[in-house]
Amino acid sequence: MIAHSIFFYTFSIIAIISAIMVTVSKNTVHSVFFLILDFISISCLFIMIGAEFLGMIMLIVYVGAVAVLFLFVVMMLNVAQQKNQWFASEASSKHIPVGLIISTIIFFELIIVIGGWKYKPDLFDINNTTNNFNVSNTHSLGQVLYTDYIHVFQLSGMILLVAMIGAIVLTFRKREGVKKQSYIKQISRERSEGVELLDVKTNKGVKIDD
Amino acid sequence: MEYFNTVFQEVYKILFLLVPVLISVAMIVWLDRRVWAFVQKRQGPNVVGPFGLLQSLADALKYIFKEIIIPSTSNKVIFILAPIVTMTLALISWAVIPFSATLVLADINVGILYLFAVSSLGVYGIIMGGWASNSKYPFLGAIRSAAQMVSYEVSIGVIIINVLLCVGSLNLNDIVEAQQNLWFIIPLFPMFVIFFISALAETNRPPFDLPEAEAELVAGYQTEYSGMMYAMFWLGEYANILLMCAMGAILFLGGWMSPIEIYPFTLVPGAIWLILKILLLFILFALVKAIVPRYRYDQLMRLGWKVFLPLSLIWVVLTSSYLFYFNLLPTN
Repeated sequence: MIAHSIFFYTFSIIAIISAIMVTVSKNTVHSVFFLILDFISISCLFIMIGAEFLGMIMLIVYVGAVAVLFLFVVMMLNVAQQKNQWFASEASSKHIPVGLIISTIIFFELIIVIGGWKYKPDLFDINNTTNNFNVSNTHSLGQVLYTDYIHVFQLSGMILLVAMIGAIVLTFRKREGVKKQSYIKQISRERSEGVELLDVKTNKGVKIDD
Repeated sequence: MEYFNTVFQEVYKILFLLVPVLISVAMIVWLDRRVWAFVQKRQGPNVVGPFGLLQSLADALKYIFKEIIIPSTSNKVIFILAPIVTMTLALISWAVIPFSATLVLADINVGILYLFAVSSLGVYGIIMGGWASNSKYPFLGAIRSAAQMVSYEVSIGVIIINVLLCVGSLNLNDIVEAQQNLWFIIPLFPMFVIFFISALAETNRPPFDLPEAEAELVAGYQTEYSGMMYAMFWLGEYANILLMCAMGAILFLGGWMSPIEIYPFTLVPGAIWLILKILLLFILFALVKAIVPRYRYDQLMRLGWKVFLPLSLIWVVLTSSYLFYFNLLPTN
């Protein structure tokens, strides 16, 4: 049990410190790397409480895909200078109060959620669910997700799909005058269309019209 | 005290796994160069040791004694961290590979997800190396490889779903045992082909080696690296290739199962069968490198998103409807 708590505290301390470093560090790319470290230690914590499926999915989705895109954008935009301007210069310090207000709202929302949990114990009570503990984590998740919560599950899938299509529609622009290769056209070309044999007369040459 | 005993036992097991993996990575580099040479009617490395077998060790020795140059404009911490990340991620995934029904370091419930997660983390070594070098070619190579690996991961994930539908478990040993009667390469052959090509792209092998395309990007993300750090990138890359071969062998070729379940074949230990299957897949990898010219970048993206992803999604629908209709869905 001691080993277990040593691991727990190691991972949670790493998670908290890296979460602080995300906001504190000057270089934005470093912030993203600390964010990744945070994700990884959180998924380690998930695995430690036995939610192995959730931990692995967290690694795959957040670290493997989302954070890569974050890193991509941050590296390309060179946000590092911008961030320094925001916090160092006088002119744009109006961002800080807005950020403070939003973070306070989120903080109170979290408190309200936890409070609501306390007054509705039958909603998320583990003892009430008829869980079979011999079944693996993934199985029990699937059994709940595709039976009791199927509508919620489908609905969140639809929301994600709409968000994805929306992102594509917002960023899509049709560019004129771009040369594109049509693979079907290229493959279906035949020798008779492309090559023509001509008798070349001396001192006259050939006239090619195209 | 008991705790320390278990720790030492685990360390002993890990060493017993990792040392052979590292040696086989060195051998596989030699094999790669030999196959490549034979296809092109050359000799390949044949001087150091018998058949040139010790060539990789000689190369490694050379890299160890070379100076490590760290560019003065680079971001030093991340620059040094990048090859370490690549190497570590390439090695930790071997923990869940089953060499027989019992010979596996960590027989976890979500083995295949672990493999997938670790291989999707592999992109960080490359991005970190490319960005920290603070020069143009490495950065372009890093961006290319990140886009490429993320794209092909999607189709690999969907292919894994195909296999999992037939197995009904995320445990790698269960996946192997589900293929007792029929290897999944037979019913899922198109998926095997797509997996193979995606694995080529995922490990930045030719014809998809655009991140280090030497004709355009000098050496991509490895341009600024030298000495042992370069060698670590290189080792990590080949360990990843071996891992992808192992994944292909487990998902489609029956893992440690012997091909025919009759007397003389069943005597051979499972590890040998797995190694033979990995080697077979690796020789295919090496042949592809020798035969096929490099893809253009837009063609690569088109292949990943417009061909492989729809095809594997359609195959998921086909597999699941087949299994559902004939009542073959695994129940456990």
